[in-house]
Amino acid sequence: MYQYDQYDQAMVDARVEEFRDQARRRLEGKLTEDQFKPLRLMNGLYLQLHAYMLRVAIPYGTLNSRQMTALGDIADKYDRGYGHFTTRQNIQYNWIKLEDAADILADLAKVEMHAIQTSGNCIRNISSDHFAGATFDELVDPRPYAELLRQWSSFHPEFTYLPRKFKICVIASERDRAAMRLHDIGIQIVKNEAGEIGARFFVGGGMGRTPMIAPMIRNFVPLDQLITYAEACLRVYNRYGRRDNKYKARIKILVHELGKEEYTRQVEEEFAHMLDIGVEPPREELARIAEHFADPTFEYGPKTVDRSDPDFALWVDRNTHRHKHDSYVSAVISLKPVGGIPGDATGEQMRLMAQLAKRYSFDEIRIMHTQNVVLPHVQIVNLPALWSELDAAGLGAPNMDTIEDMIACPGLDYCALANARSIPLAQRISEAFDASGKTEKLGELKLKISGCINACGHHHAGHIGILGVDKKGVENYQLSLGGSEAEDVSLAKITGPGFTEDGVIEAVEKVTDVYLARKEGEERFLDTYRRIGMEPFKEALYG
Amino acid sequence: MDNPLGTSPDEVQFRFREDEVADHATVTVDSCCDQTNATAVRIEPGDDARVLLPFLDRLALVEVNFPGFADGRGYSAARILREAGYTGELRAVGDVLIDQLSHMRRCGFDAFAPDKPLDEEDAARAFATWGNVYQRADDTSGGRRKTIAELRHD
Amino acid sequence: MKILTGNDLKTGDVIWWTGNGWSRHLDDAADVGEHGEEILATEEAARRVNVPYIIEATREDDGSVRPAHIKDRVRALGPTVRPDLTLRPKDPAALDWVI
Repeated sequence: MYQYDQYDQAMVDARVEEFRDQARRRLEGKLTEDQFKPLRLMNGLYLQLHAYMLRVAIPYGTLNSRQMTALGDIADKYDRGYGHFTTRQNIQYNWIKLEDAADILADLAKVEMHAIQTSGNCIRNISSDHFAGATFDELVDPRPYAELLRQWSSFHPEFTYLPRKFKICVIASERDRAAMRLHDIGIQIVKNEAGEIGARFFVGGGMGRTPMIAPMIRNFVPLDQLITYAEACLRVYNRYGRRDNKYKARIKILVHELGKEEYTRQVEEEFAHMLDIGVEPPREELARIAEHFADPTFEYGPKTVDRSDPDFALWVDRNTHRHKHDSYVSAVISLKPVGGIPGDATGEQMRLMAQLAKRYSFDEIRIMHTQNVVLPHVQIVNLPALWSELDAAGLGAPNMDTIEDMIACPGLDYCALANARSIPLAQRISEAFDASGKTEKLGELKLKISGCINACGHHHAGHIGILGVDKKGVENYQLSLGGSEAEDVSLAKITGPGFTEDGVIEAVEKVTDVYLARKEGEERFLDTYRRIGMEPFKEALYG
Repeated sequence: MDNPLGTSPDEVQFRFREDEVADHATVTVDSCCDQTNATAVRIEPGDDARVLLPFLDRLALVEVNFPGFADGRGYSAARILREAGYTGELRAVGDVLIDQLSHMRRCGFDAFAPDKPLDEEDAARAFATWGNVYQRADDTSGGRRKTIAELRHD
Repeated sequence: MKILTGNDLKTGDVIWWTGNGWSRHLDDAADVGEHGEEILATEEAARRVNVPYIIEATREDDGSVRPAHIKDRVRALGPTVRPDLTLRPKDPAALDWVI
């Protein structure tokens, strides 16, 4: 994986000192809260319901054991012993003091980490496929491109005060495991007819209050023009994105209002101009970065494993993903124990996952946008040992992509923007489905819960989505069906009037019963919904 | 002459040019396009800086107004002018604060007239924030400064 | 009644205006009547509170204070999903009070 050189290190070190100085000026009263807020946000520091919250970047979800250990240590030293992995492959801490924040950033910088641009109206952490560099089905490893974009977007002088936040995702396989088309810019690395590698650009996707699927605006950008094209996309947005209304300021609204053709025309014009000016890094830079992502030395070993323990066999079936080397798999560590808080891990668990990565996965770890953790390169022969250690630590839940593997935002338990709590719903649903044994029958079912319209819990993209709203001071939940963030991307539709907390759990039971009654063959919930439509579900819910 | 629109030389707190401070009456972008003799212009966030490109030769001062520091359109305006070869004074005016100085400088601003004078020490530190930089921008044009990627492959 | 709340600038702690200072305990909150805005302005300018605001609340018969909105009750207690981290970790009735 990528390692900082003296320049990268100097950049994060400079940022720590810059932020230390900004915090000092805030505490001395030289900065008002209005002036300080965008600055602290660009260092990941929010003011939430109970305290400051610090969001730490995990670029494209990749980290090593030393970094994971440091994250665990920060949880214990500065927070209350835990952290929360997010839907953008980051981690956030809930109980941070402003006076400690610069020291935490300094601790992070020691392990080549930072909180740069994890919030604010700037280019956020670049996300990617959590199986990048390991999966059998990728064209190339997308992470070198993500790293090139990370460096380009860090402290970009022109794009630090954009109309609104800006999220970029890079993948390199036909399977979309990163919700690529629900980003402001989604980049798919592809091969053209001449056999050359390049970038396909999708612009103007997003969730939030106006969910949109990004249209493709260019089929193929040569790799030595990747940054230039991104810069052109951003400049058009910075100049013409709406600034009169916060809720219409995302690039999706600009692309929608201008129309895809007109937006594309403006980007192409700017792109042609920028090719003349020259903003692309030297070509050797991409090659230098790519060297850091060279495969570890895989060894041949057994391709099967003793499956006589049914619990182990279930975990292997559910929580492993096919690797490009047939003696290996990628193993998913679920952070969704039954009744647990989705995405939370204790400092101790983080340090254990770090040790396991060192022992079994060439020191590599990935964070999934589904708030789980991946050990990308586990030799098949080591799976039993890995599983027993995970199981003993409460990290062995065999539930990837099942209804128990739901995404849930922090909701009203932590978040200042939330209208309703998300986590208690997640806990109750996983307990109910685990107890009834229905989880197994339902197979792949992506449930996603957001506590407000900002959609951090990706409810628009859930096979089943739940949105918490405030109904005269009481929590209320809207149910939606039919969303997907994968390559078959679609936006969920609301079923009808909302429910109470108990009511929505019952509603989830009912819609899954409709699926089980109507499913044909190997259909997933989503497939059945797409075939039979909303009516039978509505009938069961409101009939 | 009475000039309610522009800033005066006295209001320029930081300047990175050797020449005389431009003391011209600034006009709006629209007026600049209509008047053949205007030598100073003021760009508002909603203005298209590109309409000025035919007149760059006659301009000695361009002010870019930041009514609120969080509106970042002025950064693009500055780069567009510099990319087109404008070499006159490019002055950031309005809600110009400490923590935006280094990025403004990188985009080509070489004079700063903040609404409220800034702490000199804090400003000096801000201008010197980045020893090196990742991106190409105005400060890397014409070989004046190398980006980190260029330094790596020197 | 109207009470004032915000967060401590340095620590981020949730705090409540007591009439002559700030407390972490909701039940210390004082009714500010119509003086909320002026107190907030002074206190924020002095950096004794960050992002303060005025909320509606009621004084219960036992003398305790109950904010009208669930968000402020969550703030007053702590996350309902981590009772161990709330201000009333051993009180089983605390969660019912929030909801």
